Amino acid sequence: MTKGIVTVSLKQNVLDPQGQAVLHSLQTLGFPEAQNVRIGKSIEVWLEESNPQQAESRLQEMCEALLVNSVIEDYRFEIVEV
Amino acid sequence: MRCAVLVFPGSNCDSDLYKAANSVEGLEAEYVWYKSESLDSFDAVLIPGGFSYGDALRVGALAARAPVLKALRGAADSGIRILGICNGFQILTECGLLPGALHRNSGLRFICKTTPLQVVNTDCQFTTGYKKNSVTHIHLPIAHGEGNYTCDSETLRKLEDNGQIVFRYSGNNPNGSVANIAGITNEAGNVLGMMPHPERAMTKWMGSEDGRILFESMRH
Amino acid sequence: MHPDEPTPDQIYSEQVYRKMGLNDVEYSLVVELLGRKPNLTETGIFGVMWSEHCSYKNSKPLLSRFPVDGPEVLQGPGEGAGVVDIGDGYAFVFKVESHNHPSAIEPYQGAATGVGGILRDIFSMGARPVAILNSLRFGPLSNNEPGNASTSRTRYLFRRVVAGIAGYGNCIGVPTVGGEVCFDECYTGNPLVNAMGVGILRHDQLQHGRAEGAGKSVIYVGSATGRDGIHGATFASEELNKDSDTKRPSVQVGDPFMGKLLIEACLEVYESGAIYSVQDMGAAGLTCSSTEMSDKGGVGMKLNLNLVPQRAENMSAYEIMLSESQERMLFVANPGREEEVFAICKKWNVPAVTIGHVIEEPVLRLKHHDETVAELPLKTVCGSTPIYQRESKIPEGVLERQKQSALTWDVPEDLFSVFQQLIQTPELSSKSWVYQQYDYMVRTNTSVRPGSDAAVVRVEGTDKSLAMSIDGNSRYVFLDPKTGGKIAVAEAARNVVCSGGRPSAITDCLNFGNPENQEIFWQLEQAVSGMAEVCNFLNLPVTGGNVSLYNETEGKAIYPTPVVGVVGLIEHNVQTTTLFFKNTGDVLLLLGDTKNELGGSVYQHMQMGKIFGIPPELDLEKELTLQQAVLESIRSGNVLSAHDLSHGGLALALLTSCTDDLGVSIDWKIDLRPDVALFSESQSRILLSVSPKNAASVESRMRQKKVPCVRIGKVVSGRFDISLDSFSIIQSALQPLRDLWQNAIEREMEFPV
Repeated sequence: MTKGIVTVSLKQNVLDPQGQAVLHSLQTLGFPEAQNVRIGKSIEVWLEESNPQQAESRLQEMCEALLVNSVIEDYRFEIVEV
Repeated sequence: MRCAVLVFPGSNCDSDLYKAANSVEGLEAEYVWYKSESLDSFDAVLIPGGFSYGDALRVGALAARAPVLKALRGAADSGIRILGICNGFQILTECGLLPGALHRNSGLRFICKTTPLQVVNTDCQFTTGYKKNSVTHIHLPIAHGEGNYTCDSETLRKLEDNGQIVFRYSGNNPNGSVANIAGITNEAGNVLGMMPHPERAMTKWMGSEDGRILFESMRH
Repeated sequence: MHPDEPTPDQIYSEQVYRKMGLNDVEYSLVVELLGRKPNLTETGIFGVMWSEHCSYKNSKPLLSRFPVDGPEVLQGPGEGAGVVDIGDGYAFVFKVESHNHPSAIEPYQGAATGVGGILRDIFSMGARPVAILNSLRFGPLSNNEPGNASTSRTRYLFRRVVAGIAGYGNCIGVPTVGGEVCFDECYTGNPLVNAMGVGILRHDQLQHGRAEGAGKSVIYVGSATGRDGIHGATFASEELNKDSDTKRPSVQVGDPFMGKLLIEACLEVYESGAIYSVQDMGAAGLTCSSTEMSDKGGVGMKLNLNLVPQRAENMSAYEIMLSESQERMLFVANPGREEEVFAICKKWNVPAVTIGHVIEEPVLRLKHHDETVAELPLKTVCGSTPIYQRESKIPEGVLERQKQSALTWDVPEDLFSVFQQLIQTPELSSKSWVYQQYDYMVRTNTSVRPGSDAAVVRVEGTDKSLAMSIDGNSRYVFLDPKTGGKIAVAEAARNVVCSGGRPSAITDCLNFGNPENQEIFWQLEQAVSGMAEVCNFLNLPVTGGNVSLYNETEGKAIYPTPVVGVVGLIEHNVQTTTLFFKNTGDVLLLLGDTKNELGGSVYQHMQMGKIFGIPPELDLEKELTLQQAVLESIRSGNVLSAHDLSHGGLALALLTSCTDDLGVSIDWKIDLRPDVALFSESQSRILLSVSPKNAASVESRMRQKKVPCVRIGKVVSGRFDISLDSFSIIQSALQPLRDLWQNAIEREMEFPV
């Protein structure tokens, strides 16, 4: 069994108001060194597939088919053994 | 004119849309379940607002991959009218029938209020009624947390050049949408996606009748 | 038995039962009733079923004072919600419930699951939910200390509670149409979140919750059971203290998407006739639903806990029975019709599985891993809670406080500035920051939105509408619980009347401190007595409600806070009335008597930082006559707007009736100090705007009915001018005042100092 961990983030040019709100809160809480915040998400998919290349290729297809909206999101992923 | 009202798990405004369409002479609405494989017998498809699939993953993402989408794409290709309202608009962008994407309101809060809009394009298949009544400024309710329309600059230029922008917010921009966009069509002009709810502006007691004109425009 | 579980003897010797909410006396009674010591699962069952929330052991003697019947009542207390006939074969279903303790710990989920829970109560009766209302109370949003931790936390609670209600209500597709939000220091550690639901059904759609007929299948429907909320019912019945934060796992997490699917599946199942009865799994989960359904029908149930859908591993019988996982219902199916139930649930992707059967012997018999893990006669669980006849004692200071004069300061020099301050207090300012986060329009039946005295929702398929509101007051109740209780009900009814409706019935939520404290019990007793008196006088049955006790933090209780939800019938949609002015030139009529009554008023609190004196008087005869006269005038088509006067007095009522361009020009001759005239909170007063041609006939009706009525001014464009006895008190353009009033909370929340 392998697990794919997909990290999805908003494309650079897309405004992230949530990130801005969190940045403001951090600074108010006493972390003036925080300069920017962007919020993304992590999606874990457990795969019954032992071949890492196959797993990668299928995970990529999943990202393109559903997990990621390429209009506004970028992604990267890694495969780990479980 | 037979209108299909699509129903996904979590659609909330399906009965509102059904009632609204049926209240317009010449329109006849029927519910179509998200598993349906055919939309052949319909002259128009209406995609209602709500929280399909609980907005899981991204708004409209799962609904855009539901079984009925195959028939929906066929219907769009065939040129019949497709109207997506609120979650319906989100579904249309997710499945690529409309460009761009809808995401979280810049104010980060859900917002429900009646909003002034400019009818930018009164020649499109959904707005000829406004032209007929010489109306370019209307009021429609909005109710959404993810109505912030975004697209890259090239797409925006195309939308503007082709007259695909149909509605713009004319008061304060309630959600941060680029160029104050509230509703757009595809290039062919038969698919309209809009965040405001015309089905909630059908009678005086609802607060505005400006939505009725849109449905009436669809008959021609 | 689970290997780690304490044995029945250990439960006794180590007093494990105390952790489950049973005191020593109650535990002994359980042992006596059973004739043996209960095991852990059984003790847990008694712990939740005998909690205040499920058994009303402290409040029952008082609640029995409420009138519960009436010619229109189809279902009073005892089922999921009350049901009241509205004619033409239709009825409304409604109830209010509190979710105070969970909201203090995890405000978003506490509020969200409060909404989810009340909606399940509504549709468990067979009705489609059509409206949600909420009464919310928090500590002050700000004081004069920037960066103060307490007000920061309050803003956090407020923001998250509103987000939770919005997140759940909007997603499940039921409009949140009304409510109230109040602020006072006493709620700083104990926010109150009371959620009210309203549904509509045809008489033939009414469902009940009695299990009857041995052999019928018991079907579990909805989300799988996890470990959330275990002992939520007992937690609700305890005080909050520093350890409460570690009780976080006790808070349930809501899934409004499943909630929506559940509504659709259930309504379709009801339509098919495949089930005999239904109850929702709310507080005390499977325990409460299975025992109450059986007890109501005089039967028993045998359940196999291995069949209960579970989403955590190795759940014990105890955990399965006490879990408060959300979005679950329990059906008793009609014989042979189980497959229909499964098919409908499958269509909506809602899990449904048979977990047991109804049996003749009135016991709850639970099997787990082939062992019988509990065997309890239902009469012991449901009918045998000790009822406490608490002692009451007038709290120290109450009588002294009442004897104080309510007006102890001079007329402010700059009354206009005082007015501007008043309209910006969160208590009085516009709540649009709150309700614009709620979808109040979904289902397209909302004809009067938040902002008027009551919300109005049309009854589809008829010419009728329902007017509904939820109101409480705590300051008046604190000063004089009996009068305060009376005012709570009278004001609720008045709000419905101002909307063109005849109040039909009420539901109550009693939020109080620790009833074992004699002074708190006195407050409860007096408030209930006042409420009951008005309910009887106005013919308003109390068809159900909720009691939330132990609202205290570190021993300090909230003000006694009875909250009243009311629904009334507007016979014809055209009679629907709002508080908004309609045309320039319209005549303003003030009905009722204005007296020097500042005790407990917002103005007094603002000037003095505390409340004292006695609350305004309530004369029931005058109140009834006023309500009848106004309703008659509305029905005869003579009234353009109606607004009841309460917090903030006449001045606030005038401002809230204004629209973006319609303001007022007032010249009122009244023999009172100007600030008293403007801010007194005398009861039984209503502001009407009528067209100049109809003014005389309305005045004539008031004269005939002996309702004091005086022309105080008219509606004008763009101004807010008030003169008293021709002496100018307030002179202002309308827009700046509207801005101050409308955006005060937005400013407080988005740009806190």
